[in-house]
Amino acid sequence: MSEPLALKLTAKDFKSDQEVRWCPGCGDYAILAAVQQFMPELNIPRENIVFVSGIGCSSRFPYYMNTYGMHSIHGRAPAIATGLSVSRPDLSVWVVTGDGDALSIGGNHLIHALRRNVNLKILLFNNRIYGLTKGQYSPTSEVGKITKSTPVGSADAPFNPLSLALGAEATFVGRTIDSDRKHLQSVLRAAAEHEGSAFVEIYQNCNIFNDGAFDQLKEPGTRDDYLIRLEHGQPIIFGAAGKPNSQVGGRDGQFCVVHPPGGFGLEVRETASVRPEEIVVHDATVSDPAYAFALSRLPGLDLRNTPIGVFRSVDRPSYDSAVQEQVATAKAKVSETPEQQLAGLLGSGDTWTIL
Amino acid sequence: MTKQIRQLDRVVIRFAGDSGDGMQLTGDRFTSETAQLGNDISTLPNFPAEIRAPAGTLPGVSSFQVHFADYDILTPGDAPNVLVAMNPAALKANLADLPRGADIIVNTDEFNKRNLAKVGYQVSPLDDDSLAGYVVHPVALTSMTVGALAAHEVSKKDAERAKNMFALGLLSWMYSRPYESTLRFLERKFAARPELVAANVAAFRAGWNFGETTEDFSVRYEVKPAKMLPGTYRNITGNAALSLGLVAAGVRSGLPVFLGAYPITPASDILHELSKHKKFGVITMQAEDEIAAVGAALGASYGGSLGVTTTSGPGVALKSETISLAVALELPLVIVDVQRAGPSTGMPTKTEQADLNLALYGRHGEAPVAVIAPKSPADCFHAALEAARIALTYRTPVILLSDNYVANGSEPWLLPDVESLPDLRVEFATAPNGEDGTTFLPYLRDPETLARPWAIPGTPGLEHRIGGLEKADKTGDISYDPANHDFMVRTRAARIETIPVPDIEVEDPDGDARVLVLGWGSTYGPIGAACRGLRQRGLSIAQAHLRHLAPMPANLGEVLRAYDRVVIPEMNLGQLAHVIRAKYLVDAIGYNQVRGLPFTAAELETMLEEVLKNV
Repeated sequence: MSEPLALKLTAKDFKSDQEVRWCPGCGDYAILAAVQQFMPELNIPRENIVFVSGIGCSSRFPYYMNTYGMHSIHGRAPAIATGLSVSRPDLSVWVVTGDGDALSIGGNHLIHALRRNVNLKILLFNNRIYGLTKGQYSPTSEVGKITKSTPVGSADAPFNPLSLALGAEATFVGRTIDSDRKHLQSVLRAAAEHEGSAFVEIYQNCNIFNDGAFDQLKEPGTRDDYLIRLEHGQPIIFGAAGKPNSQVGGRDGQFCVVHPPGGFGLEVRETASVRPEEIVVHDATVSDPAYAFALSRLPGLDLRNTPIGVFRSVDRPSYDSAVQEQVATAKAKVSETPEQQLAGLLGSGDTWTIL
Repeated sequence: MTKQIRQLDRVVIRFAGDSGDGMQLTGDRFTSETAQLGNDISTLPNFPAEIRAPAGTLPGVSSFQVHFADYDILTPGDAPNVLVAMNPAALKANLADLPRGADIIVNTDEFNKRNLAKVGYQVSPLDDDSLAGYVVHPVALTSMTVGALAAHEVSKKDAERAKNMFALGLLSWMYSRPYESTLRFLERKFAARPELVAANVAAFRAGWNFGETTEDFSVRYEVKPAKMLPGTYRNITGNAALSLGLVAAGVRSGLPVFLGAYPITPASDILHELSKHKKFGVITMQAEDEIAAVGAALGASYGGSLGVTTTSGPGVALKSETISLAVALELPLVIVDVQRAGPSTGMPTKTEQADLNLALYGRHGEAPVAVIAPKSPADCFHAALEAARIALTYRTPVILLSDNYVANGSEPWLLPDVESLPDLRVEFATAPNGEDGTTFLPYLRDPETLARPWAIPGTPGLEHRIGGLEKADKTGDISYDPANHDFMVRTRAARIETIPVPDIEVEDPDGDARVLVLGWGSTYGPIGAACRGLRQRGLSIAQAHLRHLAPMPANLGEVLRAYDRVVIPEMNLGQLAHVIRAKYLVDAIGYNQVRGLPFTAAELETMLEEVLKNV
């Protein structure tokens, strides 16, 4: 943000007086710290910021933010936040949710908030497990996952959260990782600047029930080979040229994303095997969600070829602004006081008078 | 020929036809004309849930009953004096309700072999003596309408569809109704198609003129205006009155009204009506489901709006968890339940009062809310204001229990003076309330109302977090302390229990009644009419009606104990009776019907007479 930071807030201003009670080592701590450090950048007074959450470990988040906040009920945060945001367009409303909260019990509210393009910033902490209820599989757990509720392995196919959001035509879709503060904050920044729904999936480690779920994306030895860092306007290339790639057993490690001939969607190829002009240049503003959808389909459940960054950021009027505009248009035609208008309304239609 | 004019004090007419015949519209127009004349009126629409059930069948019959009189009336009438039957199904479905001697106007064009067979008539009832006890007026409604429109540039289908206006014209003539408002209505309704205005007006006039000239109708009737309080009136349904009450609550509180709703019969009309009033700052959101509807309303309340959600029983069940959250958050929220016959989908267009238990108890944990019920269509306006007053003053969810009978029924409404409506202004918290002058305690209560401060986002210095987890008294911090939980549960209960509500009033004009009839909600009219009937026959009976079901009036126990017998008629299996017996240890007797229809005054009168005999 280029404007001067007139409010001069710091991360400390966004810390509430409540003791943080996540398990030691939980990825949520890193996200909380990153968000608190990022918040001053918004240059929005704390009183105009609201965090709304549902139920789950991640949903304790509002208690730790020194802003307005509501820890609501399981899955319903997007619905509650919608009512708040639509009726109070002056507020910056953030939803913090998890994979169970947003994609299982609250799946309906999530997709409808996204299709309406409500002016909400939705942070989905995805740890691929139910943590607060102590370790059942979640709607993002891989098939075959062995948990307390699936002793011989889960038979459920998981959701790809970004594919789902894009299917709902979300206008802003991004992904980041709890442990990469700089990247996390860059995605938050882009989300905050977006008018309308911004959906951000944050890979978050649950060190108690699903430890190491995203290790390949974090370990120095593998991350550069697994991660595709999306940069708007840049060719999509990843892995280091001239270095052996852990994914392909020592061959030259640079890869790129191309449109496969004759097919649809996107594919990963060795950079050396394609002409430079074949490499896709990332454009987050493509209006057809099919492009970002194809990006969201690149990784397998083994996390190879995982894009992070802003997949999609397109302009569409928010639901909030459309609703407020209708009210403003109706109000603009009125010159009477509310009481006079009410008297007129009550006495409208066929009336008769008895003397 | 000169027609005889006969004076009547009251008439009940039922228009019945196929659900595509426009009977609701016909009844509505007749009611409006009648209101213009100054009669007291009460109406009862009765229609199937199917938009177009198979034509000509019994399930497809739609009817509209209007009762009008030269005195104040309380119900749409038990039995019609006149039935307009647009087809054999309409005759068959309604005949049992007619007393002997009633007039039946039938559309003979529809009494063909096929239509008769559809409803199981072997022989046309017009041709045998099965209608001997009635005064039957066979009228070729369809063909006369088509004939009257021969010169009009409308299709045969459109001409046939105007037959309801022919019927309306005939009835308007019979009962000497002023018809100017109907002509104006037709001009508005078909403004985009002038040929239809002309056709429908011509059909109406043809019906009127038919009455004037045919020898079959030798008598015209007049019902003089009723003596009503001076003022300006309009005819209004319960759903419309409730909507206006919510708009009024917004104006009188100075808060924007936010309605979150999901379409559901019979509550959808409130969503439709409120969506028209954006100039008042009313926001309506058709949510993705019932849960989102109440969630959005609660979110709006958190932000400083008057959050409202409107639904019927199945929707209340879905909203239950969010209502509990509102109980914990202690924020204003109005939940309107327009009750219909249940369980499950039940009979969506039929009435019932079986959600009282749901409203009082239908939540997890100790989650008390205020519950109120309107007693008549026009009363829905005041009930909505009262619900908003309680919600805003005491920062609590309030469930308003309307039902299909009051929601779709109508009656004249004496328009209130806006300035006389309750002042609902609220004060948001603006400054820290802690003793140190800097701390904000979101759960520090007003000692009088036990309400906590309403500190809306955007207020500097009052940033705080609330949620569904149990909160410590005053600070609102998460607390698992046993004593604190016990205290908070009891405080939330006391908060509702101590809301001051007006004492219940007893109507006992003779002053010596030994039996009290206690009702709630929409049974007010039939109970009142039954009591009147008994009193006219020299019997003493007392009537009291509950508007506030939670909390109940402080004097209720004393009132109940003053009578030898308490009778509670309800359109459920005794839900209020159960509460009264448990709460006041009074041996109340229930009288219960769940037929999807309101009580008739006659059945209540018969029942109460039996009770009086045995006291």
